[in-house]
Amino acid sequence: MLLFRLKRTLKLGVKSLWMHRLRSTLTTLGIVFGVCSVIAMLAIGEGASQEAQEAIAKLGSTNLIIETIRPPDEQADSGNVETVRNYGLTYADAESIRNTIASVEVAVPIREIEQEGRYRNRKTAVKVIGTVPWYTEISPVQLLRGRFLSSTDMHYQQDVCVIDENIVRELFTFDEPIGEDVRIQGNYYKVVGVVGVLGKIESNANFGNNDVSMVASKGSATGNVYIPLTTAKTRFSELNYTFSGGSRRAEKVELQKITVKVASIEQVLAMRDILDALLDRIHDKKDYRIVVPLELLRQAAKMRRIFSIVLGSIAAISLLVGGIGIMNIMLASVSERTREIGIRRALGAKRRDIIIQFLTETLLLTFAGGILGIILGSLVPFLVTYFGKMPTVITAGSLILSFGISGIVGVTFGLYPAYRAANMDPIESLRHE
Amino acid sequence: MATVVDIKNLSKIYQLGSVEVAALDDIDLAIEEGEYIAIMGPSGSGKSTLLNLLGCLDRPTSGEYCLGGKDVSKLDDDELSLIRGMHIGFIFQSYNLIGQLNVIENIELPMYYQGFSEHESSAAAKKLATMVGLGDRIKHRPMELSGGQQQRVAIARALANDPVVILADEPTGNLDSSSGADILNILDGLHQKGKTLIVVTHDDNIAAHAQRVIHLLDGKIEKEIYNKA
Ligand SMILES: Nc1ncnc2c1ncn2[C@@H]1O[C@H](COP(=O)(O)OP(=O)(O)OP(=O)(O)O)[C@@H](O)[C@H]1O
Ligand SMILES: [Mg+2]
Repeated sequence: MLLFRLKRTLKLGVKSLWMHRLRSTLTTLGIVFGVCSVIAMLAIGEGASQEAQEAIAKLGSTNLIIETIRPPDEQADSGNVETVRNYGLTYADAESIRNTIASVEVAVPIREIEQEGRYRNRKTAVKVIGTVPWYTEISPVQLLRGRFLSSTDMHYQQDVCVIDENIVRELFTFDEPIGEDVRIQGNYYKVVGVVGVLGKIESNANFGNNDVSMVASKGSATGNVYIPLTTAKTRFSELNYTFSGGSRRAEKVELQKITVKVASIEQVLAMRDILDALLDRIHDKKDYRIVVPLELLRQAAKMRRIFSIVLGSIAAISLLVGGIGIMNIMLASVSERTREIGIRRALGAKRRDIIIQFLTETLLLTFAGGILGIILGSLVPFLVTYFGKMPTVITAGSLILSFGISGIVGVTFGLYPAYRAANMDPIESLRHE
Repeated sequence: MATVVDIKNLSKIYQLGSVEVAALDDIDLAIEEGEYIAIMGPSGSGKSTLLNLLGCLDRPTSGEYCLGGKDVSKLDDDELSLIRGMHIGFIFQSYNLIGQLNVIENIELPMYYQGFSEHESSAAAKKLATMVGLGDRIKHRPMELSGGQQQRVAIARALANDPVVILADEPTGNLDSSSGADILNILDGLHQKGKTLIVVTHDDNIAAHAQRVIHLLDGKIEKEIYNKA
């Protein structure tokens, strides 16, 4: 019986709103756009943050990455004198980290060289990564064929390499790469394994002050060629020439990175301090930095919180504006329908009935707006992903949230007009023109 | 016959600034079940005020009003609403139908507020619409009806909850003479069925239909005239 009455109240509400279709539609738009923007913004925010988190997680949350950075110029180079600047991480650093810090699970020294790789008449820019067999412990490389670098390769400085799928595609296309030789700088390296590409980590996301450029394989390299670190040491010069302002500069860097892995997440931050203390003692210049993916993760989480608060405020304001619009229209509607209210009261409507009537109308408007907003708001992220190439994630939570909010807005801004209507004097209302 | 309306020392005083206006001044009135009453009097004499009090739309400043044996002069807003919905039928000069509702829905309104199901009320409303000669217009909106037809819908609506009294404030005031005559015929018919009718009018011809004419002047009953049957 109550349900029938509800159904009827809704039906009558729809009739009243239908009377003023245009007005109802316009009134609803405020809520539509409010809800739509909430959902779309949350979806974009969620997408960005998930992407960032995945990117960071790929770096390994128990890893610490020590990177070589070019120290600030000590003094302007005097004239054309050619000086060799010697800086960065060294093999000795890697040794001392491994030998003096007990809680280091693995320490992986990494040498990176941008080169050109050739196979038969094909060539492509590659990034040569000189590293050790236990590189696989700090990076989730996925072996597709063959094997990864071995300690025998290391020991005998073998001219072997492991290439990733991108290189396979560029250099070998349809040929079987295993057993073939890739030529880099006049030397031949036999392919012993193929690994998958490590996701695209050149992230659009910006993690505050810490840029993650070290994550991204910058430059023009199409893919990675892993060779034993010992081989890299003998085959490739550690000297690197740069030209600036007509003068030639030479730089000597032994290692570009040392990645350290600890047993558990709890040890990460302590390890950062230990590493910093150790390296600070050995290095007189600040020519390294320690990147902690875990911290990036936490930073991303913090950013996400701030993002949510900002979005929430914008959403709240836009819904507030929508709500005020609805209240405004409902007040106008109440005063326009004064006579109708008087008639209903004369026919036996209690104050409560009038409140229910107007509240129902407001709620119908806001819920209709909410549903339309949800539909539009779910479409927008698809468009953003399709045209803007940005990842978006619509969570069920955001749908429920925005629907709930539109209901709350309806009640909040519908109650006052409804009370105004209910408290009108029946006789006055009947006399109203 | 039972007394439907029993009014004693009823006053309604409006306070306009420092001036008190006695719209009704110490009125006594008793109306029996099935009576057909006309209320007449010059403009401002208190006819509408009296009708509003009779219809429980308003509360008297002082005095007693028993409707169907129940004292209704001190009820609260909800209780008055209930009395209006169950025991009073209103007919207004300007019809006062609700524009967005069709004929049936307008007639159903009093039943809707008394909690009848749509099933019950729509059947009853159809019957009433047929009774006032609008059986073929039930889906029409008020805008699509003539004044006389609208007033007939209003009469059907006033009958919806089988009220104790039917109150009409100048029911033919907005109508031409032929539609006015139709309305008066329907009212006569209701009287013959034993309904209690109280009609406010300026028109002697209408008053002639009633059994008793009450003349108001300055908020007082000037005279009561019984028409010959
Ligand atoms: N809400 C009010 N506030 C102040 N005075 C009022 C109010 N309603 C009615 N009055 C006064 O009460 C008196 C009676 O008014 P009422 O409307 O009952 O007259 P009436 O007999 O119906 O007149 P008419 O024939 O013009 O409809 C008038 O003097 C009027 O000014
Ligand atoms: Mg009047």
